[in-house]
Amino acid sequence: MQHLEALTREAAALATGALPLTADEGEVARTLQICNACRYCEGFCAVFPAMTRRLEFNKADIHYLANLCHNCGACYHACQYAPPHEFAVNIPQAMAKVRVQTYGDYAFPVALGGLYRRAGLTMALALAGGLALFLVMVLAMRGTLLHEPLAGNFYAIFPHNLLAAMFGVVFVFAMVALGIGVTRFWRRVSPGVRSGETRGAAVGGAAHDALRLKYLDGGHGQGCNNDDDAFTLLRRRFHHFTFYGFMLCFAATVVATLYHYLLDLHAPYPVLSLPVILGSAGGVGLLIGPAGLLWLNLKRDARTMDASQKPMDRGFIALLFLTSASGLALLAGRDTGAMAALLAVHLGIVMALFLTLPYGKFAHGIYRSAALLKYHIEKRRPSELALGSD
Amino acid sequence: MIDVLVIGGGNAALCAALMAREAGASVMLLEAAPREWRGGNSSHTRNLRCMHDAPQDVLVDAYPEEEYWQDLLKVTGGLTDEKLARLAIRASSTCRDWMRSHGVHFQPPLSGALHVARTNAFFMGGGKALVNAYFRSAEKLGVQIRYNSPVDAIELDGDRFVAARIGAERIEARACVLAAGGFESNREWLREAWGRNERGEWPADNFLIRGTRFNMGVLLKFMIEAGADAIGDPSQSHCVAIDARAPLYDGGICTRIDCVSLGVVLNANAERFYDEGEDFWPKRYAIWGRLVAQQPQQIGYSIIDAKAVGRFMPPVFPGVRADTLPELARKLGLDEATFMRTIGDYNAACRVGKFDHTVLDDCHTEGVTPAKTHWARPIDTAPFFGYALRPGITFTYLGLKVDEHAAVHFGGKPSRNLFVAGEMMAGNVLGKGYTAGVGMAIGTAFGRIAGTEAAKAAAKAASVGAAASREKEYATS
Repeated sequence: MQHLEALTREAAALATGALPLTADEGEVARTLQICNACRYCEGFCAVFPAMTRRLEFNKADIHYLANLCHNCGACYHACQYAPPHEFAVNIPQAMAKVRVQTYGDYAFPVALGGLYRRAGLTMALALAGGLALFLVMVLAMRGTLLHEPLAGNFYAIFPHNLLAAMFGVVFVFAMVALGIGVTRFWRRVSPGVRSGETRGAAVGGAAHDALRLKYLDGGHGQGCNNDDDAFTLLRRRFHHFTFYGFMLCFAATVVATLYHYLLDLHAPYPVLSLPVILGSAGGVGLLIGPAGLLWLNLKRDARTMDASQKPMDRGFIALLFLTSASGLALLAGRDTGAMAALLAVHLGIVMALFLTLPYGKFAHGIYRSAALLKYHIEKRRPSELALGSD
Repeated sequence: MIDVLVIGGGNAALCAALMAREAGASVMLLEAAPREWRGGNSSHTRNLRCMHDAPQDVLVDAYPEEEYWQDLLKVTGGLTDEKLARLAIRASSTCRDWMRSHGVHFQPPLSGALHVARTNAFFMGGGKALVNAYFRSAEKLGVQIRYNSPVDAIELDGDRFVAARIGAERIEARACVLAAGGFESNREWLREAWGRNERGEWPADNFLIRGTRFNMGVLLKFMIEAGADAIGDPSQSHCVAIDARAPLYDGGICTRIDCVSLGVVLNANAERFYDEGEDFWPKRYAIWGRLVAQQPQQIGYSIIDAKAVGRFMPPVFPGVRADTLPELARKLGLDEATFMRTIGDYNAACRVGKFDHTVLDDCHTEGVTPAKTHWARPIDTAPFFGYALRPGITFTYLGLKVDEHAAVHFGGKPSRNLFVAGEMMAGNVLGKGYTAGVGMAIGTAFGRIAGTEAAKAAAKAASVGAAASREKEYATS
């Protein structure tokens, strides 16, 4: 019966020119139809208020809502229709499955979209390649991994411009790839432009929600679910450590680059210089955050997750942790004879991180931010429905 | 020996267990369901009707005691007990801080429920979130919780509770709270209570149960047969018209069909049978269960046209859709000629003024029986939709008679250590009818009272028992 209904829906959709849904998208549409008739979860996050503005869920709606979902798990535990109920409503898992699909659908180049589904392998190859590349480069350029101490002068190992060019190219490619991906996504889900509508407040609201991780607060401020139906703020906090740690490390790199080119100040920078302070603080955050997120991920209620994404989630978390750990090890050992080896290892890991940015978990931040922007644009518009009971 | 044994795992049972534990009693809670189905009908609830004299966090304006009482008096048609009702009403004005302390979160009304913004405080995430919070709190406080533990008998010594039995297992306690729900899941009992109609049908065979499958009424029946005083009519139940495709149990809120007042409702003979536009749907949905139950085959068909789409809460299942009315009749399995005549008569009778589904508008019928007094517009714009309706039972009203201490009564006398709360006694306050959030108000108030009283009774029994054993020691030494 349900199968027949699905077929009928598909046929009707094709007849009106609507895009047919994948199985995972169909599951989201099916469960949202149930949620929209219930609405008990409206207070938890943005997904349900966004849902109530709709009566039906087409491909664009599903892609938008899947990326708006933060996988906090609150609705699963509160759901009167969750398994073993025959309606088998499981929004966090259904959304997660579509989310990874959208990363692939919109990826640039399209051919590499499949990497999201093989994120573990992708990550392993990138890491092996990155490490091999820099270790071989040290050997090729210096003939030895261990050397007389060089007082922290990295550029005695690799010329500055070589590093800048290598990482610059990869990083710019990663940003362009993600930019093209999210632009394609936005074109599909765009709320359109209305005359007289300004975007400032919406952009501000989206930035606020993204930077504060508003939708990991459970709607009541006590946090999201992890192991069970109890709420915890740990995920939000560890994510803050991770994100802000990452941003501090990024800031350190930017400041160092400005020092290099504008002020003609060259590395190594002293321990109390701005780049080192930023990098160290960020590095510590990037140790605590990913370690905590990995711990939470291992304990997370498997029912609310898409099991096939564990390699992507955990691989990215591990890579962030290794980036930080190797960076801090390099800082600690930069005055020793092991600097070249430590540098090669760190650079290899960072290269792997940069290479996989557009084909792994990092994408969630970009797509989530776009979905939040759409949410903020849409919620400032009057609803097109008048459902009467109000 | 345990001090307080709580039988049941819904809101009232949890309130009782938490209060008893807070009063220092050792508490065991027996839930008949497995963990994943715990909470009974409370898992399907969403709000608490609250008295308040001034705006209170999520509640706007005021909802004074007197107005609440008048509302209750109106919906029950006087089948209530003023003293107990006012007790529950007053308790609803002060219980929420206690609820919060056990992890319940409140939120402003859900979309589609703004009509109760003044009177009802919504649980964030709904009743299952509330049940989860209470179970977590109970576990943390050291309440022993056992799932898959359906009590089938109570051992009494006169009016005194001695032990509960689960099959061959016997659990003694100094006091007990019964909060195991009504009998709405028991189809045999419903069949018997509703009986056979003049068409020779057993109407209850076509009912769906909106809530839990675990409220079999075993303890209710046991207690009544053991001589406990009962209250309420077994054929009374909260009964609404829901989607006929809803599951047999646990369809909950989402199976409601909210388009009745925007179209017409036909029975199996393709004829109209009641004024669909009598009042706003939230004020009428509860009478439609019984209306449909009285129709042949206990089925109704809500028919709307394209003009109604987007003006009612989206239903859980898509409607049966057709591009013409005859096609819709065929798809619904209704007699095409009668269907067309009924719709034709109705359409011709419509006097369309200024349609507005948010007020009692002036669109009505003239010269058709039954009349449709508001929102009457011809059904003439394709596509057309049909939704089959069945009676859906939310809960039953038959219960045990109580006093303000929630004590079970035998022959008009209260038991010293046996108490009852929730659906098993809601009929004291709610003899019939319903108004949103009042079930949870009664369950919370009497659950808390029962827990407190049971802890007191247990403490008394313990001290009496200790004194008795001391005396015994003296006697033997």
